[in-house]
Amino acid sequence: MQVRLALPKGRLLPSTNAWLGRCGVDLVGYDERSRSYRPYSRSLPNLFIKTFNERDIPIQVAIGNYHLGICGQEWVEELLAKYPASAVVKVHDLGYGRRQLYLASSDSTIIGSIDELKATDSPLRIVTEFPNLAELFVLNLRIRRFRILPVWGKAEAYPPENADLALVVNGLDSSSGYPLRPLASVLSSNAWLIAHRAAWESRDLSMLLDRFMGMLPVPYRDADAQEFPNISKVVARSSPQTTDSDVWLALPDGHQHDPTVEFLREAGLQVDEDVDSPTRPRLNLPGMRAKTIRPQDMPIQVANGNFDLAITGEDWLHDHLCVFPSSPVQNFVSLGFGKVRIVAVVSKNLPYETPQDLRSPSRRHNHPVLRIASEYVNIADRYARDNHLSPYRLIPTWGASEAFLPEDADLLVENSQTGRTIAQHGLKIIDTLFESSACLIGPVHPRGDEAKRSRISDITALLSKAVTQ
Amino acid sequence: MDNQRCKGSRDLLPTDMTAFRAMERVFASTCLRYGYQEVRTPTIEYLHLFTSVGTLTPSMLSKVYSFLDWDGWSGERVVLRPEATIPTARLYIDNLLQGGPARLFYVENMFTFEATGKESRERWQFGAEMMGNSSPSADTELVLLARDILGEIGLQDFTISLSHAGMIRALLQELALPPSEQSHLFDRIMDGDHAGVIAQLAHIRPDLKEPLSMLFDLKGDSSAFLRNLRSPLVRLLPRIETSIDDFIAVTRLLTDLGCRYQIDMTSGKGFEYYTGTMLRFDAAGERVGGGGRYDDLIPLMGGGDIAACGFALNANRLMRVIPCREATTPSLFLRAQDQAHISDRLLFDIASLLRKAGYVAEIAQGYPQRTRHRWALLVRGTDDRPSFLLTDQSTAKATELGSLSEILGILQVVNAGKAGPS
Repeated sequence: MQVRLALPKGRLLPSTNAWLGRCGVDLVGYDERSRSYRPYSRSLPNLFIKTFNERDIPIQVAIGNYHLGICGQEWVEELLAKYPASAVVKVHDLGYGRRQLYLASSDSTIIGSIDELKATDSPLRIVTEFPNLAELFVLNLRIRRFRILPVWGKAEAYPPENADLALVVNGLDSSSGYPLRPLASVLSSNAWLIAHRAAWESRDLSMLLDRFMGMLPVPYRDADAQEFPNISKVVARSSPQTTDSDVWLALPDGHQHDPTVEFLREAGLQVDEDVDSPTRPRLNLPGMRAKTIRPQDMPIQVANGNFDLAITGEDWLHDHLCVFPSSPVQNFVSLGFGKVRIVAVVSKNLPYETPQDLRSPSRRHNHPVLRIASEYVNIADRYARDNHLSPYRLIPTWGASEAFLPEDADLLVENSQTGRTIAQHGLKIIDTLFESSACLIGPVHPRGDEAKRSRISDITALLSKAVTQ
Repeated sequence: MDNQRCKGSRDLLPTDMTAFRAMERVFASTCLRYGYQEVRTPTIEYLHLFTSVGTLTPSMLSKVYSFLDWDGWSGERVVLRPEATIPTARLYIDNLLQGGPARLFYVENMFTFEATGKESRERWQFGAEMMGNSSPSADTELVLLARDILGEIGLQDFTISLSHAGMIRALLQELALPPSEQSHLFDRIMDGDHAGVIAQLAHIRPDLKEPLSMLFDLKGDSSAFLRNLRSPLVRLLPRIETSIDDFIAVTRLLTDLGCRYQIDMTSGKGFEYYTGTMLRFDAAGERVGGGGRYDDLIPLMGGGDIAACGFALNANRLMRVIPCREATTPSLFLRAQDQAHISDRLLFDIASLLRKAGYVAEIAQGYPQRTRHRWALLVRGTDDRPSFLLTDQSTAKATELGSLSEILGILQVVNAGKAGPS
C-alpha cells in the first residue's frame, strides 16, 4: 500500500535528510542541489515523496494529499490557530530544527513590556509571517486594538519605523540592524512528524513509522528550553533619526534586488549596502530612507503609509488590488525590467488547451472540484470567478508552485519568464492573464508635508526619465 | 441531489416563520407596553469592539466570524456580530447618549462558529436592554418583562434562575490572585466550568470549602436563602457585602411581586461584561435565554459612567420548545370549475373581496395544487351567472351557494366563537 510523505525544502532539508538516513530511509534526490520535487527511496518503492516549502506541508497533510509530513511545529500551530478542527495529528517531536517565536518591539520604542503593550491606546501594527498565531496571542493578551499585517518574510526589518511589533523567529539581534526587544515568547518549536487524521486512524503506515520510532527523541522537557534572549545582551542603539519629511522607499529582496539596484544606479540613485544594517541600504539623496523587504508585501505597506514608495512587481500590486479594490496605492511608473507573464498552467497530459475547456462538462466530470494552486491567491480567485470555473478550491502556495501539478492541484496560476521551467516539469500554458514588470508604486493621495511631497515627485520624475531614455 | 445548504446553517420554512413571527409580535408588543423602543444594529461591526477585557472571553473570540473588508488594507478586522449587547451599547453611545436613560429592544441574528454543525451558526435573538439605571428595581423589571414575554408566547413551563456576577468577582478578589488570574477564573465560570473553579478555590483557601459549597451547591427560592448566607459569607469575605445586598434587594422585590425564581449561583454563564445580577431562562431542558447587569461596559467603551442591564431570548431554541399554534385566520382556496366560462378577472375580484373581509384567499394557478386551506371554493357557471360550491375540507361538507354574501355568512357562522378574522 502506497504511503505518501511530504518533506520540507529549505532550512530543514539537511537535518531532515540526515535524520531519515539514521532511520534507514535513504533518499535519492533529496538535497539542496536537486531540481526534482520527487525524491525516492530505492528500498521503499511504495513510498511516494514530494518536497514542499515547509509552510505548505500542514495544509497538504490536513487536506489528505499526504499521509505523513515533516515540518516546523510553528507552521502546524499557525494552521491550528485559525482552523483548530484541521485533520492533522501531531505525531511526534523530532528534536531538531529548533526555533523560537517571539513577539518583539524595537529597542528604541517605548513599548518595553507586555504591560506597556496593554496600556497602549493607539492601534498596534504587528507584522508577521504567522498572522494566525499573532492574532491568537494578542487576543489572549487582551490587547484591544491591533492590526495584523501579514508579510512573506523579513518581519524583523519593520520595527520601529514601519511597525510597532513583529512576531519573529529566532535572531532577535539579527540582520535588521536595529535590535528588537523580545516582549514575550510565543512558541518554541522543533521539526515535527505530522499525519493526516483519517490516514492515522485507518491506514497502515508502519512501513515508515517502524523505522522512525527507534530514532524518536525523548519528549522535550521545559528545562531544555532555549533561554529567552537576555535583553541586556542586546546592544542598545539610538533610534534612527527620522523626520516627518523623510521619504521611505521599499526595495525588493531576492532575485529582484540586483536588477533594481542596477536600474536605480543608471537613473542616478546610488544604493549602498550597510554592513551593520543589511536591510537598510543607504541612498545618495538627502531625506530618502530605504529598507529591503519582500516585494509581495509592498502594496499593503504603501497603502497603510508605512512606506511612501516601493519598487515591486505589477503582479503583486494587481494581487493586492484584487482583494482591496479601493486601496489607496497605485502604479506611478512601470519600470520595464523584471518582465514576466502571469499564466494559467495545467499538466501536459490533460486534454485542456484553453480556459473554455476548463468550463466543459468533461472537466466537471473528471475534476468535479478544480484545485487551483497559486502564490497569487487573489489573482487566481478572480481568474476562476471571471472564467466561471466553479466549483473550485484555492490552494495558497509559498513558492515552487509547479511541484503541485499534477497530483496535488489541477490548475496553476504562476509567473513565467521564458516558459522553460513550466515545460521542464511536464506542464503547459493554457492562458496568459497579463504581463508584469517591475514598477514604482506610491500613494493615491499625496501625503506628508511640502518637502516630502516634492521629494516623492522628484524621485518619480527621476525614474520616469530613466525608463524613457 | 445533495443538500447544498452551508454546514451549520438552517433554513426557516413557512411553519418556522409562522412560529417566529408570532413570537416576534408578542415580544415586540410586550416590550412596547413596558416603554422599550426598537433598534437594529448593523450586521457587521469592528472586531475591536469585542476584544478588550470585559467584553467577550477569549474562547468566544476564537469562534467569531472575522475578516478583512474590501477596504481592510489597514488590517482592521470586522466581524459578523457575535452578540448584540455590545453593538447595542455602541449604538446607544453613538446616538442616544445625550438623551439620558433608554430602554431599547431588538430582534437580530448573531453569528458564532460551532464545530459540529449540529447547532445553527446563525441564531436569532429577541433582546431588551436598559441603559442608565443601576437600581435593583431595574433588574427586577427585566425579569418581569422576560417572564411576561415567555408566558405570552405560550411557554407552559419555564424556570428563572438568578445568580450574581458581582459576588463571584468579589470572591475572586478576596483570594488576592493576580488580576490576570482573576479574570481567567471569571472567564472559566462564564464559559460554564463552575465545578473546576470552585475545586481550585477550595484548594487555595481550605476555610472557604464549606461556604463555597453552601453558595454554589445549594439552590434557594427566595431572598431568605441569601439572607441566611449573608453573615457567614461576609465574615470570611468582607468584599462580598455590597454585592450580596444588591442581590438580596432584587430577589426580595421579585418575591414581593409574586415572581417565582430560583437562586442558582452556577446558572450564570455568558459574557465577561456581567457585573451584577445574572438571569437565565430554561424550558424543556434547554436554556432559552439569559442576561444580566453590565455596569462597566459602557464606561469601558468610552460612554461615561452609565449602568445598564439586559437579557436576550434565543428564538431558535424557543421555536423548538413552544407548541406550534394553528394560524387563526380562516383561509380559502379558489378554483374555477371550467376556465372557459369563468375568467381570471372574476376569480381575482372574488379573492379581493374575501381578502378585504379579512380572509386568506389563494387562487389556484397552473398545475394542480394540494391545498393547505380549510375551505375550498369552486366557482361554477359563467362570468355572468356564477355560482359557488364551498367545501369545508375538515369535514368534507359541501354547500351550494349563489352569492358572495352567502359565503361570508357561512364563514362568519362557522368561525363565530373562535378567533374571528383579523
